[in-house]
Amino acid sequence: MSTVVTADVRPGRDSRPGPARLTRVELRKMVDTRSGFWLLLAVAALMLLVVVVVQISGNDHDRIISEILSTTAQTGAVLTPVVGILLITAEWGQRTALVTFSLVPHRMRVMLAKILAGLALALVAFAVAFVLSALAVAIAPSAADDTWTLPLSLVGQYALYSVLAMLIGLAFGTAFLSSAPAIVLYFGLPIAIGALGSISAISGAIDWLETGAFAPLTEEIVGGKDWAQVLTAALLWIVLPLAIGLWRIRRNEVK
Amino acid sequence: MDGRRLRGPLRFGRLAAMIDSLGLTKRFSGRTVVDDVSFRCEPGTVTGFLGPNGAGKTTTLRMICGFSKPDAGTATVLGGAYRELPNPGRRVGVLLDASAQHAGRRGREALRISAETMGVQAERVGQMLELVDLDRAAAKRRVAAYSLGMRQRLGIANALIGDPEVLILDEPANGLDPEGMRWMRGLLREFADRGGTVLLSSHLLREVEAVADQLVIIGGGKIVASGSREELMAKAGTVVRATDAEALESALIYAALKPRSDSNGGFVVDAEPRAVGAAALAGGVVLTHLAAAQDAGLEQLFFDLTSGEQKEENQ
Repeated sequence: MSTVVTADVRPGRDSRPGPARLTRVELRKMVDTRSGFWLLLAVAALMLLVVVVVQISGNDHDRIISEILSTTAQTGAVLTPVVGILLITAEWGQRTALVTFSLVPHRMRVMLAKILAGLALALVAFAVAFVLSALAVAIAPSAADDTWTLPLSLVGQYALYSVLAMLIGLAFGTAFLSSAPAIVLYFGLPIAIGALGSISAISGAIDWLETGAFAPLTEEIVGGKDWAQVLTAALLWIVLPLAIGLWRIRRNEVK
Repeated sequence: MDGRRLRGPLRFGRLAAMIDSLGLTKRFSGRTVVDDVSFRCEPGTVTGFLGPNGAGKTTTLRMICGFSKPDAGTATVLGGAYRELPNPGRRVGVLLDASAQHAGRRGREALRISAETMGVQAERVGQMLELVDLDRAAAKRRVAAYSLGMRQRLGIANALIGDPEVLILDEPANGLDPEGMRWMRGLLREFADRGGTVLLSSHLLREVEAVADQLVIIGGGKIVASGSREELMAKAGTVVRATDAEALESALIYAALKPRSDSNGGFVVDAEPRAVGAAALAGGVVLTHLAAAQDAGLEQLFFDLTSGEQKEENQ
């Protein structure tokens, strides 16, 4: 019998790329460009530097695991969101969206993968911070009683802080689709809004709206009002820009 | 028995082609940049989509690939909308802009990203690099260091990596040297001869006429002519010269043919050589040359068809 050539000869030809595969691709895009590679290296170097500086210059109270981890995680949370921003804005700035969306025409599937990849990076960075901090404390333990005291809920808060910072970056990247304004405003806007807090007439309201609302997460186990402020600030800094950006991406033409 | 699904190929009572554009229309802020563009691309053929810059080629291709929403009309690829293809890279190879690659990414890595997205084996990356003649050193370099010709090669490799049945390429010959252009023509011909469907755009007739089975000429957003090279050449008319140019002109006008002066003291007439010869005989004119316009005529036709629209646009 003669061979019949059918579509089955090439398996996978009509199977939609799933979220796991697309997320893996987005993680790859984070590290395979010059800018992404050096940024991530800088994040790791900075975290290492912070750990070393604290261990050399800190007093016994500074050199406990909960303090060191807080500082290291925050350091990571400063720069990793920029990788998140670039993961999104580069598609427009470098115009790779033309390739990306020709392979995956459903743009929201790509955006979901980018957000998942961003969250994965934030958690990996946090894990690195954890390992570095634990190593530092193990190598040069402080004399304080609570050197190794680290409640699980505090670890959760630190991790959440890293995730929230990444989400703000992703949201800003999505809203602006352009690296420069997204990065400048990611760093500048929180300072500007925070400064408004010094005006006594509105400082009460600003507490609910500034990114400073996330800061308590890195300090101690937080309670009800703090959580409420985390929520309102997250709505303003994450949900709103993300919603605007996704709506634009769905609607606008890719040039 | 009814296991055979008619996945949309029957549209408006006709069988949809591999690529089927039906009345595509696009307006940007009131200006119609693509106006009722219809054409079909059949398997085993290369279609050259020709027109000057700004004629609406890119916008049409963008609508076919789902990047741009038509204001009217529809486009289908493989019988359905492009965006409904589950894994488009495995069915349709697309190159809309060779410069649309991350400058800080290595050439090989750009292909890896595509291969991983569409789920093809990583070995395809090396094979495609070899196919488009980007050597190891070039593949290792970052795209920022690529010439336009190298980017085109990378873009073609990217379009082919999913082993698609259809290729949609926008100005792929831009930046290629003559040798590269010949290589690309061979590649596209082979792709079509294996049953593939190719749609490529160009603003240069010479680039595509040698490889295209079908030419679709667009000017000012409208399709001004389409057909095989031979069909279009037949439309290109007849070149005629005589000992007495004035007498020839009046004889042609008398026969209700419309002569246009060409650069060699003769005329180009939109008619068969037979009709022109008959007109000359009736006018008693001695002809020194009478032939179908052929190549030169096709070029003239392309120029005439598209330049008129350009002038209109410039006003």
